[in-house]
Amino acid sequence: MFEVIFLQFLNGLDKGAAYALIALGLTLVFGTLGVVNFAHGALFMLGAFCAVLFRQFVTLETVTLDPEKLSPWGAPLEIREPLVQAWFGDFGAVLVNYSVPASIIITIPIMLLVGIGLERGIIKHFYKRPHAEQILVTFGLAIVAQELIKSFFGPNPIPQPMPSDLRGAADIGAFLGMQANVITYPIWRLIYFLFSFVIIGGVFAFLQFTTFGMVVRAGMADRETVGLLGINIDRRFTIMFGLAAVVAGMAGVMYTPLLPPNYHIGMDFLVLSFVVVVVGGMGSLPGAVAAGFLLGILQSFASMTQVKALIPGIDQIIIYLVAVVILLVLPRGLFGRRGVMEA
Amino acid sequence: MRVMSRNDLLLFVGFTVVVLAMPIWLHPFGAAYPDLLQRFMIFGIFAVGFNILFGLTGYLSFGHAAFFGVGSYAAVWSFKLLSLDAIPALIFAVVVSGLFSLIIGYVSLRRSGIYFSILTLAFAQMSYNLAYSVLTPITNGETGLQLTLGDPRSLDVAMGVSTVGQPVPTLLGQSLGGFAGFYFCAGFLILAFFIAQRITNSPFGMMLKGIKSNQTRMNYTGFNTKPYTLAAFVISGMYAGLAGALLAVTDPLAGAERMQWTASGEVVLMTILGGAGTLVGPVIGAWLIKYFENIFSAINDNILRGFWSFLPEGADNVMVTISSKFVGEGWFLTLGLLFVLVVVFLPGGIMEGVRRIAHLFDRKPKDKPGKAAPRPQPAE
Repeated sequence: MFEVIFLQFLNGLDKGAAYALIALGLTLVFGTLGVVNFAHGALFMLGAFCAVLFRQFVTLETVTLDPEKLSPWGAPLEIREPLVQAWFGDFGAVLVNYSVPASIIITIPIMLLVGIGLERGIIKHFYKRPHAEQILVTFGLAIVAQELIKSFFGPNPIPQPMPSDLRGAADIGAFLGMQANVITYPIWRLIYFLFSFVIIGGVFAFLQFTTFGMVVRAGMADRETVGLLGINIDRRFTIMFGLAAVVAGMAGVMYTPLLPPNYHIGMDFLVLSFVVVVVGGMGSLPGAVAAGFLLGILQSFASMTQVKALIPGIDQIIIYLVAVVILLVLPRGLFGRRGVMEA
Repeated sequence: MRVMSRNDLLLFVGFTVVVLAMPIWLHPFGAAYPDLLQRFMIFGIFAVGFNILFGLTGYLSFGHAAFFGVGSYAAVWSFKLLSLDAIPALIFAVVVSGLFSLIIGYVSLRRSGIYFSILTLAFAQMSYNLAYSVLTPITNGETGLQLTLGDPRSLDVAMGVSTVGQPVPTLLGQSLGGFAGFYFCAGFLILAFFIAQRITNSPFGMMLKGIKSNQTRMNYTGFNTKPYTLAAFVISGMYAGLAGALLAVTDPLAGAERMQWTASGEVVLMTILGGAGTLVGPVIGAWLIKYFENIFSAINDNILRGFWSFLPEGADNVMVTISSKFVGEGWFLTLGLLFVLVVVFLPGGIMEGVRRIAHLFDRKPKDKPGKAAPRPQPAE
């Protein structure tokens, strides 16, 4: 029984990690700029498509016809050689194999540019507007981003292979000194969890231990006073928006092997992430992370057959049910502050 | 007692004329076919009802599609169990969705702001997911609830009415297909608009507006605001149920996808696009979105080629390629751009644009021409 529970716990971790990463970015944007960003799911999706783009780039091939050999149906045999392999040799092959993690290299600058461009171009004008209008404009932006991706990459999911070394499952049970082959867990999911752990830790450390982070935290607490001290808080908040976009993008990149990305993957995550953010408490970063993992793990427990036999249909509604209960018991979510978005 | 001020009467009469004449003036736009017109009416009712909650009290519900879906299911069940007549179905649907919204509203209204939005969203998503899984005996799951020959229809049997062939909803024995269905729905839209207008101008409506601008102050003046918001919530839930039931009347097949959050989001967008808090705005928003959905998505390359044929050779091909990205499959892109443009340039929705144009023709000197009054910021 302990093994089963432990396994479900692990299963919840990777989904919880994805929720936590998106919710973290949402909260960063909300806490700094005070903007409800419905385009955040689209940023997740754009990140995922950075991985697709990168893979399409590294798998560009030269096709040469070999007139000596014939394929079984009589046509000249085509010799396909990936360009990167021709240029870089073995390193190229490794690059093709590790295309998903490697694409983070292009994801970071792209998402930073997208984020800062979005903030300076449009969202800047919406700081003082009502939340309903912020929702409408960011929702419109999300639709535009989705449709652009759809017209370039098509409507179908594009599977991204994980690196060949990281396929298969890790025997966590044996690693922890339990019976072998009882608790096995896909390696990539484990990597996703560790990756999210590093990112979340990185963001918290950045906010906690750097001067920049300290200024941002001060700005979150009282923007006006920080501005009066002669600090250009707007520029720092813009950079934080870029950072949130990068976090969402990287979450999207690493999730591609688990779920082939299509153009509406962002919307699918968006609603759940909003529930996560609110359950955690608006504007609270630890709340977002805690609620992300809590809901991910509870969802995984609710989809156990034993639980489903006990309460039919619970796996479909558990997240919303927990959200309702938490919001009714704790009026501002887990770690919410008083007066934030309650009007 | 004065029943209606002159302006209100003019607005109501004008609205009625515009709605009833829709088959005529929409003809040049290619939208004057009954199926789309019925949708215009139905979603107009939905948006008017949503505006009673969101536009007046400022409570942003993200789960109104649940009441819409419940209305649809209730209407279809009434067709199956009671009678094929539309009137009992509508009454039954409005009552059921009213009760449903009373329960959800009572719980959700314990919180305000985004916490309220997420509570309503959670309830609606629960209803949607349960309609697909556990509640299949009631909702018929993915297939959708539909009428069959073997339905009991106890009232019809008692009245001695028998149907031949595929059962379709009727009104006192008359078929509700085509334009008859449109005028049936149009009557309800006009009625819904009238009631909304009366609510807005009533003391009750003033109370709701007071809640929007400053709930704390309302509490301090001695009003218990909760019953008022709950009443507004239930009224708008009943509007949604009525709209859902009318959709079931025109097409007796109720599916769970009507309750999904995207459907809730759609009515929010309709209302904000048209202008939240105004009477006509939400209806216009609903018409615009439904128009885009049905007309823009139906345009294909051949129609575009005909449209750009006046251009010289080559240039027309370029224009067809560019514009084809925005229509047909890509109509959503146009919709997204429209949202962004409207919110950036017309913060109050389309009605704000109408007001600005009216200002241009207004000779009287205004203290602030072309600018909306500053929004009152609610206190903590």
